[in-house]
Amino acid sequence: MEVMIALMIATLVGSGVYLTLRARTFPVILGITLLSYGVNLFVFVSGRLSLNQVPVVGMSENPSDPLPQALVLTAIVIGFAMTAFLVVLALRGQGEMNSDHVDGGSDGESHKEDR
Amino acid sequence: MEHLIIAPILIPAFAGMLLLLEVRERQRLRRFTGLLATLALIPVALGLWQQAATGEIGVYQLGDWRAPFGIVLVLDRLSALMVLLTAVLALPALIYGSRGDDRRGANFHGLFQLQLMGINGAFLTGDLFNLFVFFEVLLIASYGLALHGRGPARVKGGIHYVVLNLIGSALFLVALGLAYGTTGTLNMADFAVKVSELEGNSLDLARLSGLLMWVVFGLKAALFPLYFWLPATYASATAPVAALFAIMTKVGIYAIARVYGLAFSGGALAGLGRDPLWVIALITLGLAAVGVLGARRLGEMVAYLLVMSVGTLMAGLAWSSPEALGAMLYYLIHSTLVCGGLFLLADLVTRGRGELADRLEAGPSPTGRGVLGVLFFAGAIAVVGLPPLSGFVGKVALMQAVPAPLYWLFLLGGGLIALIGLSRAGSTLFWRATGDGEERRLDGPRLAATVALLATTPALAIWGEPVLEACLAVAGQWSQPGLYIDAVLGAGESAL
Repeated sequence: MEVMIALMIATLVGSGVYLTLRARTFPVILGITLLSYGVNLFVFVSGRLSLNQVPVVGMSENPSDPLPQALVLTAIVIGFAMTAFLVVLALRGQGEMNSDHVDGGSDGESHKEDR
Repeated sequence: MEHLIIAPILIPAFAGMLLLLEVRERQRLRRFTGLLATLALIPVALGLWQQAATGEIGVYQLGDWRAPFGIVLVLDRLSALMVLLTAVLALPALIYGSRGDDRRGANFHGLFQLQLMGINGAFLTGDLFNLFVFFEVLLIASYGLALHGRGPARVKGGIHYVVLNLIGSALFLVALGLAYGTTGTLNMADFAVKVSELEGNSLDLARLSGLLMWVVFGLKAALFPLYFWLPATYASATAPVAALFAIMTKVGIYAIARVYGLAFSGGALAGLGRDPLWVIALITLGLAAVGVLGARRLGEMVAYLLVMSVGTLMAGLAWSSPEALGAMLYYLIHSTLVCGGLFLLADLVTRGRGELADRLEAGPSPTGRGVLGVLFFAGAIAVVGLPPLSGFVGKVALMQAVPAPLYWLFLLGGGLIALIGLSRAGSTLFWRATGDGEERRLDGPRLAATVALLATTPALAIWGEPVLEACLAVAGQWSQPGLYIDAVLGAGESAL
């Protein structure tokens, strides 16, 4: 199970980093979303993986740790708000600069940089 | 008065929420609320400073949850100093903003208060995850403030700033996950104890966590190679916002001082990241000096001066003797207030120059050329570090505390380059002015706010000795992390 979770986190973070390095705002936002998914999973796993265990001491042999779940909840809420803000900002950038390039260049220029 | 510790977080939090409820058309009411809350921070911060100056470390356990398990706020001399500095900087910036800049977008006052809440919280918290949360609070408020008022330049700088900081937050979370996974605690004092006992694989993971945090704080503090967002964002932000942001890079510096002076202070990880910090600080200092010389706009120039001060401070921190830290804190107070004042001054100059705005080209002379010229002269002397103002005192103290010829070379060489850049800017703006600009009177309160910030530099020079002594006392307490650890864990024990 550890290997599977590790591969999942690696895939999410890898794709996130790749998309974040793109030159258009939409892939960047998607990339940041994937990145934060990967990171949230990582924080969740920091309390160790255990199946079918109650997070109460004394009720199971190896109680699961409830704190990372609380941490991850905070991180998800914050990440969600930030993504929403970034979407609005990107839309405004599109409106003000007539381009969805992260540097606000005109379309001709940005195509050159894309390649 | 044990509850006073949480006041610097609660006052702006309540004021910020109240401001969201207040009717948008009643700008006066909002200004009054905002100014009152910011004014109230000053006596509170002074009270906290007095409390901390006794040498006792105040621990506030939220909800009375015992120390290593619940979240704690900790007031030692370092946090008290930073909270006081924030309050002193925020009031003039808000007075300046209340003269019309706050009308250029909705919710200026609310965001300003929430920003103060985040900054104060980051200075006071004794918990690593709570530090992350307060970072996010101050960041999301700063996104709103950086974009306050419209314009393509702001949106462009804003997108870079937001994306970079979101990636920074992701890295911070990874670091926290590693920290919790290896030690099972996020309380800084408890973490310091646990991390010094680690060995083997866990030690490597903890080292990884420490270095990741280092990158995150370096991004906040605008260290090389993570400072490129700063000039674009700060130069395009509204003046009072840029002035308040002068303290934001210092949050990064504080976080490095706190986390590496406390959480990673013992065991095998002591001195983690100190050597690269030294090199990177010097590179930052040198490159920022070149940036000052190459800046084509006044706002950009001040932003690079801010980055330069970050390099200067970080080198002092990397030296990490109590004397160096004391001198660095003196320089930190000086550079924050002076850079804040210069951002306001740049805006005053811009207002009288019509279309040219703050571009460094000969144009119409700015309104109130005499007054502004004198202020610019004083600010330039202070920020470059020439006698008789506080920059000189700070630099001498730093050079005495950090006896490394390489640092002296960068400090003095950088100062010289900045001096050339500033004198060129000053002569272009004030001497080569052709004809008069728009006939307008300088706005009184705006000028007063600028003068108030710039007047701190002669004050810091005149009372140089007591201020430096206070900074050394702060540094003395910082260099004994055992005091902090005992205070926090002891508070948890006694609550049993």
